[in-house]
This record gives sequence, C-alpha cells and structure tokens, in this order.
Amino acid sequence: MLRIFLLLLALVTPAQSEEVVAGLSQNQISISTNFDGSEIIIFGAVKREQEIDTSSELGVIITVSGPPQALTVRRKEQLAAIWVNRDAVDIRSAPSFYAVATTAPFDEMLSDEADQTFLVSVPRAIYAGVASEGVTNKGAFTEALIRIRRGDDLYQLNEGTVSLVGHTLFNTSIALPANLVEGNYNVRFLLTRNQQVISQYETVIFVKKVGMERFLFNLAYEQPVIYGLLSLFIAIAAGWGASAVFRYIRS
Amino acid sequence: MQIYLPIAEVAVNAFLLLGVGGLVGVLSGMFGVGGGFLITPLLFFIGIPPAVAVATSANQIVAASFSALLAHLKRKTVDMRMGTVLMAGGLIGSLLGVQVFNLLRSVGQVDLLVNLCYVVFLGIIGALMLVESLNAIRKSRKGTITRRKHNWVHNLPLKIKFRKSGLYISVIPPLLVGLAVGVLSAIMGVGGGFIMVPAMIYLLGMPTKVVIGTSLFQIIFVTAFTTMLHATTNQTVDIVLAVLLLVGGVIGAQIGTRIGVKLKAEQLRILLALLVLLVCGKLAFDLLAHPGEIYSIAGARGV
Repeated sequence: MLRIFLLLLALVTPAQSEEVVAGLSQNQISISTNFDGSEIIIFGAVKREQEIDTSSELGVIITVSGPPQALTVRRKEQLAAIWVNRDAVDIRSAPSFYAVATTAPFDEMLSDEADQTFLVSVPRAIYAGVASEGVTNKGAFTEALIRIRRGDDLYQLNEGTVSLVGHTLFNTSIALPANLVEGNYNVRFLLTRNQQVISQYETVIFVKKVGMERFLFNLAYEQPVIYGLLSLFIAIAAGWGASAVFRYIRS
Repeated sequence: MQIYLPIAEVAVNAFLLLGVGGLVGVLSGMFGVGGGFLITPLLFFIGIPPAVAVATSANQIVAASFSALLAHLKRKTVDMRMGTVLMAGGLIGSLLGVQVFNLLRSVGQVDLLVNLCYVVFLGIIGALMLVESLNAIRKSRKGTITRRKHNWVHNLPLKIKFRKSGLYISVIPPLLVGLAVGVLSAIMGVGGGFIMVPAMIYLLGMPTKVVIGTSLFQIIFVTAFTTMLHATTNQTVDIVLAVLLLVGGVIGAQIGTRIGVKLKAEQLRILLALLVLLVCGKLAFDLLAHPGEIYSIAGARGV
C-alpha cells in the first residue's frame, strides 16, 4: 500500500522536485586537420529542495545526438552471380552520431512507453521513411543502419558508464569518433525513477570545422569553380615542386 | 598521425596515404603508367567514399603527369596534333562519363559500375599485355621482325596528316579512342593511359617514341576537365587527400624509375600484366563473393 502511494506520489509530484544542473568539459569541439576524435566529460548534479528519496532508484541517462541526416540504406542481392544493390529504404532522419550513457541497464531504467515518449534509445532516434517497392521488412534496414554505425562507434549504448555519487553528483565521458560531422550536438540529461522520466535538461555542443578545414570545405561548396582550379593548381605545383626538388638533389 | 580530410569527412592515417601514393609511385616509375587504376581501388579499400576517391584521383593524376609531360615536351616526343584530336574526343567523353556517373550515383549503382569497369578493362588489357609480351619474348629469341600492317583504320574518311607520328589517317579513330578514354577517366578516376597506349600503338599504328608523351598530353587535359566537372557538380574533390597522395607518389616514382632501369622491357611488361590481372582478380572476387555486410549506407550527399 505504501509502495503504491509512493509510486503515485512520484507520478503526481511536479517534475521540478529533482532537477539537473549540468556542465560539459567543453561546449565547442573544433575539427582541425589533425582532429583525431575527442572525449567530452559531462558532469552535473541533481538539485533538490527536499530530502533524498531513497524509496526508488534514481537513474541518470545522458544522450548526445549529432545533426540529423537523411540517408538511404541499400541491400545487396545476388543477381547473375554478382552482388548488386537492389532494395533500398530511405531513412527520413537519423542522427549522424548518437550516444546513450546510463547509470544502470537501460531496460531497467526506462519503460518502453517512456522511451516512446522521450525517444531515448538508439532505434527510437531514427525515423524510417519510404521503402522501395517490394520491401517487406523495413525493420531489417534500420537494424542494419544501427549495426553498421555501432561498428564505427557512431552509435553507442554505454550502460552503467554514468557514475552517480551520493544520489547527487554524476559524471561520464563520451568518446566522439574522428569521422565527426559538423553541426550542433544536443546533449540531453534525463533523470529517471521507477522507469519514468522525472526531469529533463538539454544543452548543446557545437562541432565546427576550423582553420584550413573550414576554409576548404566552404570554398568547395560556395565557390566550386575556384576550388576546382585551386585543387588543380596546388596539385600541379606540389607535383612539379617535389620532382624539381628531386632533380636538384640528384644533380 | 591521423589527418582529417575536409571533403571526404573522414580521418585517415597520413602515413597510410603517403604509403599508398608511394606504392603507386614506385609502380608508375617502374612501368611508366599513371597508376590511377591502382589508386582508386586502394582508396576504396581504406574507406574513402567512392565518389571522393574517383574525383580526387583524377586531380592527383593531373599533377603526377605534369612533370612527365614537361620532360616529353623538352624531348619533343609529343604529337601535338594527334594530342589535340585525342583531347577533343576526351573532353566529350569526360562530359558523358560524369553524367553517367551522377545518374548511377543517384540510384546507388555507382560502386557496381566502377567495379565492373575495372574488372572488364583490367581483365582485357592485362590478358592482352601478357600474351603480347610473352610472344615478344619468344620472337626476340627466334629473331623475327613484325611489320606494321594496314587495317580498317586506314580506310576511313576525313584523313589528316600527323607529321610527328608519320601517319596519314582519318580523325575518326583517334577521336573515338579519346572519347572512350574520357568516359573511363570520369567513371574510374583513371588517366586511361593503360587503354590509350595500346590503342595508339596497335590501332592507330603510332610509333612508340611519341606514344607516351602524346597520351600524357591528352591525359592532363582530360583529367583536369574531369576534376573540374566533379568539383563543380558533386563537390567531391578532396585537395588534402590529393596532395598527400601526390607527395608519396613523387617520392615513389623516383625509386620506381631506378628499379625500372635494371629490368628488361619484356620482363617489365609481364610484371605489369600480372599486376593488372591481380587487381582485376581481387575486384572480380569482391563482386562474386558473399559480402560480409549486405547492407550499405548512402549519405545525404550520396557518397
């Protein structure tokens, strides 16, 4: 009876009873020529006005999601002995990077309904779109997308990597791979109790190409003719220069 | 040392790229080929998106051929008139090739197209070269001389005199050869020397002396044009990648040239033929064998 009462209490009490105050080791990541991936430290505390509620386990889930992209997932099929791309599913939106870090096993922390509402787990972060004709199981394509990106560390589920000290202080670190896409990365903090989200907080990390990377990328897209000529010029100059150096050494 | 490529948007080990460039440079120095047919598949292999690999290797070939062309111009072994005709065909071919490339990219079949092109052309050229150089060795032992024969090529209209090549033939065959090479340059990211040189010798009957210089002349203009087309329509030319490959390539070419001097021409050609067949076999195997992952992701940019 008491347990049910507490459960109801947890549900009706305003979400503000426990809140996240959070920080990041850096809120801007610069992609320079020697960018080799990065690790961000995420830390914070649970702010509360009342006594610590020990009747249920407090959980912290942190998600980092990169800029969404439209993608196409294709499946190969053997056609006259050759493996050829046949069926395709257009993914309307999938984050270019998505990491979930938790204090405990994910399934124990969040109910399926709550996951559906807050779109936390990796599969829920992807919106599938149109499948090509004759594709019956779209699910296999999104699964493949997740599998491939997980292999590249672009999608991560790090259960139990958030450490929560004294029900108040928490921290974790998330490794960002080297092949990062430019854009705003949303960092979400969710506090959970009894498989429900009780509080949510969001902040942003800016990932930007800097210096030469930025200059070349912008030039390639905004002034493609100049970029093309520049590529040819630099390549010829480098090739010619290098062989001139060799000729000089030999003589 | 990892280096982030601004257009390919992947981080790759810089020494790996220098190594790939160097390896291809050694081979190009040894055999006198551009090496585009090796660079593009190697770039696929290290995870560069195919569209970027093809466009960038076209850029790299321009630069790699430039100093070689200068040397040939100095030695006056370039048939400018023939080169111009080949180039005219090549520019049209490149334009067609980029269209085909973009069309197939949008339907997700570009990898297949590129791989099939490689398998077919490397297979044919490798086999022909192998047979031809084995025959040449046999003949040189017997001491017989082959005489150039007249074929259908010499009976077409629109004849022009190509003084440097000592030829009086129709412009149609060189135009078509140039066109074919232009298409291949755009689709495969190659200079096309491995197709053009045999075609110039056996089909057009050009003297070997001017073949290399003239093909370099055509290659530079056509690959430069291809680079511009890829850069303006797809934004897939990665200049950082090109420069790294190039630096490795120039160093490798110096080493390759020295190895090449020590080997006989026939032996070199057999080695090159075997190398071409090896690359062909690997690509064919990849098309036929069960891929580890049958799904693939094509990005918003189609790469």
